[in-house]
Amino acid sequence: MHASISSLVLNRLLLGVVTLFVISIIIFCGVELLPGDLAQEILGQSATPESIAAFRQQLGLDRPATERYLEWLLGVVSGDFGASLANGREISELMGERLGNTLFLAGMSALISIPLALTLGVLAALYRNTAFDKGTSICTLTAISYPEFFVAYILIFLLAQTGFFPSISNISGDMSLMEKAYRTVLPALTMTMVVTAHMMRMTRAALINLLGSPYIEMARLKGVSPARVIVRHALPNALGIVINVIALNLAYLVVGVVIVEVVFVYPGLGQLLVDSVAKRDITVVQACSLIFAMTYVLLNLLADVLSTLSNPRLIHQR
Amino acid sequence: MKDLTKTLRQISLSAWFGIVVVSVYILVAFFAPVIAPYGETEIVGGVFEPWSDEFLLGTDNLGRDLYSRLVYGARNTVGIAILTTLLAFAFGSLMGVLSATIGGWLDQLMGRSVDVLMAIPQLIFALLLLTIFGTSIINMILIIALLDSTRVYRLSRAAAVNVVAMDYIEAAKLRGEGLGYLIFREILPNITAPLVAEFGLRFCYVFLLISALSFLGLGIQPPTADWGSMVRESANLISFGEVTPLIPALAIALLTVAVNFIADWFLHRSTGLKG
Repeated sequence: MHASISSLVLNRLLLGVVTLFVISIIIFCGVELLPGDLAQEILGQSATPESIAAFRQQLGLDRPATERYLEWLLGVVSGDFGASLANGREISELMGERLGNTLFLAGMSALISIPLALTLGVLAALYRNTAFDKGTSICTLTAISYPEFFVAYILIFLLAQTGFFPSISNISGDMSLMEKAYRTVLPALTMTMVVTAHMMRMTRAALINLLGSPYIEMARLKGVSPARVIVRHALPNALGIVINVIALNLAYLVVGVVIVEVVFVYPGLGQLLVDSVAKRDITVVQACSLIFAMTYVLLNLLADVLSTLSNPRLIHQR
Repeated sequence: MKDLTKTLRQISLSAWFGIVVVSVYILVAFFAPVIAPYGETEIVGGVFEPWSDEFLLGTDNLGRDLYSRLVYGARNTVGIAILTTLLAFAFGSLMGVLSATIGGWLDQLMGRSVDVLMAIPQLIFALLLLTIFGTSIINMILIIALLDSTRVYRLSRAAAVNVVAMDYIEAAKLRGEGLGYLIFREILPNITAPLVAEFGLRFCYVFLLISALSFLGLGIQPPTADWGSMVRESANLISFGEVTPLIPALAIALLTVAVNFIADWFLHRSTGLKG
């Protein structure tokens, strides 16, 4: 009975692994595509041929690309990303705490936004076509069209300069969890504003789609209250879509932190990525993009697998 | 004429709002030198001067008039976003129609490459490519156009596949028409409606991405007036309760909302969806 569903999931997982592999090749090859040579690019036009040759050897550019790719990939798998070009420090050391901070921010935003979006979605479906429904619809539609930094600065303007929350989220490892959470409130709220709209609208749409079906009519006719109809009868069937949307938005959260981190000077991976792009520190950018792309692909994969698993038609096959 | 008035009357209130806002932006962009009291990069006063009759919105960190830069920003930011979207559409739709028409290995190759390109988040990919090729306006335009053309490719291929299956395409092929004729005279005219509707949405996306990159200091470079980098330059003022840095950001947000309203209305109209 479960043969087909497990093979579906297995297929999807295999495809995910292939995607990850191809992405690692693309990110690695980006450097190979450089017009000219990485060593020349970094040292500039005035560099002597000797120093360029020495630098090439240091980077290992004199060896074939396939050999270097395999070495890089093996290093990445074991957590060794090589050294930064700008300051020679180990990349894994640079990223260590920052990755945790970024996940902390994304996690906190998820903790606020998911319950909020689900509640708003259910309420909007329950009171559809009322002023409440239309109001949330307009608010969420507008919030979705704003650039992240606009939302961030509005929040700073309203909440930070009046003294409620700090406008700079400079957290560090030795702070207590509460202190960290307090300083992360504004960036997390910004991310919440950005992702809640989509999740809420999809929840509402999935629920309203189901409300037309005969079994909901039946439940209503036997006198079940509207709130119970939605929560007990409609919501379980909408779960597949809702889970999918949540996972997709989590993927967006992890990527979307880049700009928000810069606004709030939050010591996360996104900030490191942006700084390194400005410095053209290609090895650090490679490592950061690989981490971001991997998280994105894995969460998308999770969304697909979960929505397959939560589909009753696939679970109860004849 | 009657048709026109009928269409005009059917435009929803939100779409009217969008049309008015977009028209104002276009006018400002065209007549920027007339509207702006000072030049785009002209240093006219002290640093961070407050709002006054002389400087409507005060001056920025170098003493340039913020109001004038805001006006010129309409030209630069919106102009570059439109150019990028047009490039993405030209490339994406041509490739989409081409792979739908030719099919076979080309279609497979294009399809799989687009899948891979779309698996990497756009902002991250753009940042990676900007590191590799260096940050400049030309690079940014080409990179974003390439990344965004994958979405256009998907749409135009899906639309073109339906058209390619039509009898009149078969007839044109039997007549011995060449590939160019098939694409430009037979297929493209028949898929313009979904492409035009998509244009608005893609424009918003590109516009926000460019603003975000400029805000990060990796997009449009100074001294060119641009809304994203203007927010970045004056952002510190916000902690002192100044609203000035919010104004360029508001200009970005307002245009995105307006274009979304128009695109939404157009989509409803062209697909016949009501309500």
